[in-house]
Amino acid sequence: MSAATPLTGTGADARIPLRGHLRHTGALVRRNLLWIRQDPESMFDAVLFPIVFTLLFVYVFGGSIGQALGGGQEAYVQYIVPGLMAMMGMNMAMGVGTGFNQDFNTGVMDRFRSLPIGRGSVLFAKISVEVLRMLIATTILMVVGVLVGFDITHWPGLFAAVGLSVVFGSALMWVFLTLGVVMKNAQSVQAMGFLVLMPLQFGSSIFAPTQSMPGWLENFTEYNPLSSLADAARGLMVGGPVAHDLWMTLAWSVGITAVMAPVAIHKFRTKT
Amino acid sequence: MTRTDEQAGGPDSAVTVRGLVKHYGETKALDGVDLDVREGTVMGVLGPNGAGKTTLVRILSTLLAPTAGQATVAGYDVVRQPRQLRRVIGLTGQYASVDEKLSGRENLYLIGRLLDLSRKEARARADGLLERFSLTEAARRPAATYSGGMRRRLDLAASMIGRPAVLYLDEPTTGLDPRTRNEVWDEVKRLVGDGVTVLLTTQYMEEAEQLASELTVVDRGRVIASGGIEELKAKVGGRTLRIRPADPLHLRPLADALDALGITGLAGTTVDTERDAVLVPILSDEQLTAVVGAVTARGITLSSLTTELPSLDEVFLSLTGHRAGAPQDAVPADTREEVAV
Repeated sequence: MSAATPLTGTGADARIPLRGHLRHTGALVRRNLLWIRQDPESMFDAVLFPIVFTLLFVYVFGGSIGQALGGGQEAYVQYIVPGLMAMMGMNMAMGVGTGFNQDFNTGVMDRFRSLPIGRGSVLFAKISVEVLRMLIATTILMVVGVLVGFDITHWPGLFAAVGLSVVFGSALMWVFLTLGVVMKNAQSVQAMGFLVLMPLQFGSSIFAPTQSMPGWLENFTEYNPLSSLADAARGLMVGGPVAHDLWMTLAWSVGITAVMAPVAIHKFRTKT
Repeated sequence: MTRTDEQAGGPDSAVTVRGLVKHYGETKALDGVDLDVREGTVMGVLGPNGAGKTTLVRILSTLLAPTAGQATVAGYDVVRQPRQLRRVIGLTGQYASVDEKLSGRENLYLIGRLLDLSRKEARARADGLLERFSLTEAARRPAATYSGGMRRRLDLAASMIGRPAVLYLDEPTTGLDPRTRNEVWDEVKRLVGDGVTVLLTTQYMEEAEQLASELTVVDRGRVIASGGIEELKAKVGGRTLRIRPADPLHLRPLADALDALGITGLAGTTVDTERDAVLVPILSDEQLTAVVGAVTARGITLSSLTTELPSLDEVFLSLTGHRAGAPQDAVPADTREEVAV
């Protein structure tokens, strides 16, 4: 056994070079992509969610909420499509938590964690693939949106809005990854996710303007990052004030990531 | 960094464990374990569920931090040099840790890439190992479609990609049928033949006897016996003769007659009334012959006579005087799961 003899120091051989991290993350991304190929149904949510939600909201609520917006269904399409884009990240993020938790309950994670790789690689790979899924879902949302009459007035703004929702979405993924690592089973991750998700989504400006809400709720929506993201996406794609909401969203994203990414990696490292 | 050799069990010690302790709150999963595995040998760690076997393996693979004590593998400290340590170990868990959605080949390729092999090397190594573990035909099928034995073989193959110096096998045949178990044993024997150092945990005396040269018996987080396998077998009474008289009425007289021979070891002759058999622990072939002679002399007709290795329970009974793991039931179910899994 050659390794046993001289290597007793904590030399540089302990550190993983950046290229190593990239290689490991790449290999794990490939694993997650192979999963999708093996199990295409796992893409159902990403594909169907934007279709179902767009049609549902536009045709069920479109007429009446549109009136309140001072138009009709067409006015609501302009309102809801950017809102749904903001919602996309949160929905994807929840899936990350449950999927990751299931992964943990097989022995595969033990194998990964007993390999000489940076343990963050496993998490980065998961997020990369989820961002990809999110981009696919967003593309479908935009196609469906345009089909029901969504009018993109600022094309560069579209890309900026997509970028912003990816940044915010991946920040949320760290939160759900942490839940996925910490909680005992996938069901509780999902239940927990819903509990957080529902009030945040509906207590925001995603689906309807907030002016008609009671004061306390309006205050809540004011500070809800989903409102900022939805309003920023609206501003970017169809025009209107952007700067404040843009900065708010970025601040939330950076804040959440700065806190939750280290927590997730730490929890992953020390999980027993 | 202190020189590990001095504290360790000598320069040829591949795994050295000193006073290892792991507590989960009140539960003492490991309560001061000492262990030495010499290079190129197979150390069997025998114990019931909840004895701390898996906890030991998890600490030695850096998946779990010890509460106290010291452990080195190939000279690397489990706490201070986890990354170097991970380079020299292979782990095959209690449950086959393969990715079920990936094919056998993709599983091995992934591990190869994570171990910094180039794409070409990783492919070649995957194909080589698939061949070696007789999985070539199933290489492109998802592991979910594999049989239990194939999964364990794939798991073993995955552990071997990094050419580990030390291989941990954590209850490698738990839940397998006897035929598949033999298959896995054969693979392990081949690996040992290649000079890999193995730390094997098991609940079965038979498995330990098949694979290990040395044995450490653990119970409730403590080592209760250790030594060469032959030495321990002599200590626990070697084999057990199971004798069934054709007429159950002969059970008692037969037992008395054999007791009178005065050859039995610690456990003594016992009567298994459920299965109408007399159990006689014996240490040698001479004793076996003496027993058969005594039976013949009495003119008792037998319906069967078999020799068995002592079960884990019998091993424990003779080493400790109590049944395996019995007081462990006091451990809260919640933490016990972590100890056992």
